[in-house]
Amino acid sequence: MSVNYKELKKDRSAEWRQGLRNLLGAKERVKGVRVKMSENAPEKRNTNFFEVNNGISAEEAALEAKRCLDCPTPTCISGCPVNINIPGFIKEIEKGDMKNAAIVLKSTNALPAICGRVCPQETQCEIKCIYNKFGQPPVAIGNLERFTADAERLSGKISIPEVGEPNNIKVAIVGSGPAGLTTAGELAKYGYDVTIFEALHEYGGVLVYGIPEFRLPKEIMRVEIENLKKMGVKFENNFIVGRTASFDDLKEEGFKAFFIGSGAGLPKFMNIPGENLINIFSSNEYLTRVNLMKAFKFPEYDTPIIKGNSVAVIGGGNTAMDSVRTAKRLGADRAMIIYRRSEAEMPARDEEIHHAKEEGIEFLNLNNPIEYIGDEKGKVKQIKVQKMELGEPDESGRRRPRPIEGSEYLMDVDVVVVGIGTAPNPLIQQVLPELEMTAWGTIVVNDGMQSVSRPDIFAGGDIVRGGATVILAMGDGKIAAESMHDYLQNL
Amino acid sequence: MHKIVQREVLSKDVVKLVISAERISKSRKAGQFVIVKLGEKGERIPLTIADSDSEKGTITLVIQRVGLTSHKFFNTKEGDEVTDIVGPLGLPTHVKKLGTIIAAGGGVGIAPLYPIAKAFKEAGNKLIVILAARNKDLIILEKEMREFADEVLIYTDDGSAGTKGLVTSGVEHVIKRENVDEVVTIGPAVMMKFVALLTKKYNIHTLASLNTIMVDGTGMCGACRVTVGGSTKFVCVDGPEFNAHEVDFDEMLQRLGAYVEQEKIAYENVLKGSDGGAE
Repeated sequence: MSVNYKELKKDRSAEWRQGLRNLLGAKERVKGVRVKMSENAPEKRNTNFFEVNNGISAEEAALEAKRCLDCPTPTCISGCPVNINIPGFIKEIEKGDMKNAAIVLKSTNALPAICGRVCPQETQCEIKCIYNKFGQPPVAIGNLERFTADAERLSGKISIPEVGEPNNIKVAIVGSGPAGLTTAGELAKYGYDVTIFEALHEYGGVLVYGIPEFRLPKEIMRVEIENLKKMGVKFENNFIVGRTASFDDLKEEGFKAFFIGSGAGLPKFMNIPGENLINIFSSNEYLTRVNLMKAFKFPEYDTPIIKGNSVAVIGGGNTAMDSVRTAKRLGADRAMIIYRRSEAEMPARDEEIHHAKEEGIEFLNLNNPIEYIGDEKGKVKQIKVQKMELGEPDESGRRRPRPIEGSEYLMDVDVVVVGIGTAPNPLIQQVLPELEMTAWGTIVVNDGMQSVSRPDIFAGGDIVRGGATVILAMGDGKIAAESMHDYLQNL
Repeated sequence: MHKIVQREVLSKDVVKLVISAERISKSRKAGQFVIVKLGEKGERIPLTIADSDSEKGTITLVIQRVGLTSHKFFNTKEGDEVTDIVGPLGLPTHVKKLGTIIAAGGGVGIAPLYPIAKAFKEAGNKLIVILAARNKDLIILEKEMREFADEVLIYTDDGSAGTKGLVTSGVEHVIKRENVDEVVTIGPAVMMKFVALLTKKYNIHTLASLNTIMVDGTGMCGACRVTVGGSTKFVCVDGPEFNAHEVDFDEMLQRLGAYVEQEKIAYENVLKGSDGGAE
């Protein structure tokens, strides 16, 4: 996606924007101190599932909005995968027009309350902020985004994007995660008759089964789904496209095009001895039991979970952090991360690592499991861990970990969660063998997110990328919606 | 929501439910399963589809009362609704004409065996069905199997029906009597293990349909993983049927017991509660 600077310049030259800039000069603005979002106390929050971050107040938001210099060439926008008009919504906050701030935000980002919480702003928009050049902390764009979305939701007067005249063309969205929801919203704006098919019994994909309540309350998801319903988007749960009905069945029922956003739903394991012992879970299973099935309320809810006393989570990404912080909340005395590289190479967001440490999570970096040992019932009781050191950088640019010979030691555990990533789900390949896939099982698409082998199929998110972020999935959804519109109008 | 249109008690602990599920009744093939969930707070469990009627838009599930969720299913009434059903899941049975087939089912495994046996018969095979259970009351679907099978042999642990003995006695009896091209077996993991050991001795290709713990049933969680031929497979997307000679049944048996303590707590709670116990 490219930034439309001409359009942005026009917005920026509006009289009121000039007025704000004249009212307070840059020299005054840079004196402001970046807002700090309040958080619940670590020793309290690691025993419950309530949201960790409390958001910022209206006063704090107004002060933070003043820090934004409304740059002539706003570099922050180029760091955002969906190119949100960042100064546009921030200046609306400064003006005090929260309703408009939400409208500007939502014109490019359908799920701002979610992105405001889970996006890695520190490596996207905020890293591009001009303040970095002054050696000062960037404008807290993520916090302002969250504030804008929350304020609108809490006002009870959510603006629903305008939808086009119905064109009665049916399109199917496979999967209700961030990619699918974004595509659906965009297509509804054009006037399409959109149906989202979801395999699980609840909507939201990774946002409901993967990301825990303490990072993304499910209530927010529920409101977003309601909004899409108000835009005319239809939802069908417990429906696996390709199995419950085939793609061809749906074509016969009038669906003209498909967007596949089925995610990367196949957990990776390390294939080391003992990995199939009892009480060794994938992060997906562990988090799904807790988040989707509410196993933390067992036996009020029927789905059980094993609450370990000494829980090791393998991996250093956001999913690993979510898993280990969940383990702590389920009552583990020791909840630890075992990661084969050092903290500098961890793919998890800084904020998640920081929060985890505050909550008493132990970090065993430069350690790697090589074998699991079970008891007589087949339950894991020990991990054989090997220490690692860092060598030369690999193709990812991160220093390659290598084992230190003779450094193996045994560690007592009763639960292990493997969170080393996911591979694309094989189901799509099984039911659409004609679809061109990469060796990794991702769908091959062109720049418009259109399958190179079947023009009526578009795809985005992890089924194309293998494993990425919510915002990149949403960016894909936007591009796909645009090219689906092109395709359908020229059919 | 899916209405239960017919409920029939097949034996003391086994119930047959015919449930309205329009789409699945049309798309399902022999060997596939569904994930079901009963109530807002229910858990997701896999159940093999025993039969379907695409005209009426129904599927048939046969459930043995063993724990919390199966107990709740056993206690449903005609007209009740099943909150969630998703499927059909898993790869269908690879049915083709091979010659003589033994379909060996134990206990409630007889139900998922039924559509597979029928499909093999329809593909032109000679079909010998062996049904085994602890006692006479636990032998289900005998009449239905007799409608198409060339032969049905019954084995019970206590000799209350058919021949006294285990399913393996029946399989070996037939193998010794005539040439058998393939064995399909479904039942408790320990039963399938011994069928596999037996047929391996005679070098007869054997399929086992595995019923493991699952959450989503679409490959996402990995709860259902088993070792087959030395590598880890997911029963939900790679199965549910595998070459029985390659399945690590001991590991599977262990993994089936993963939640045994929690399940006991939950089951005792429900038995103590007002909705427990009675039929």
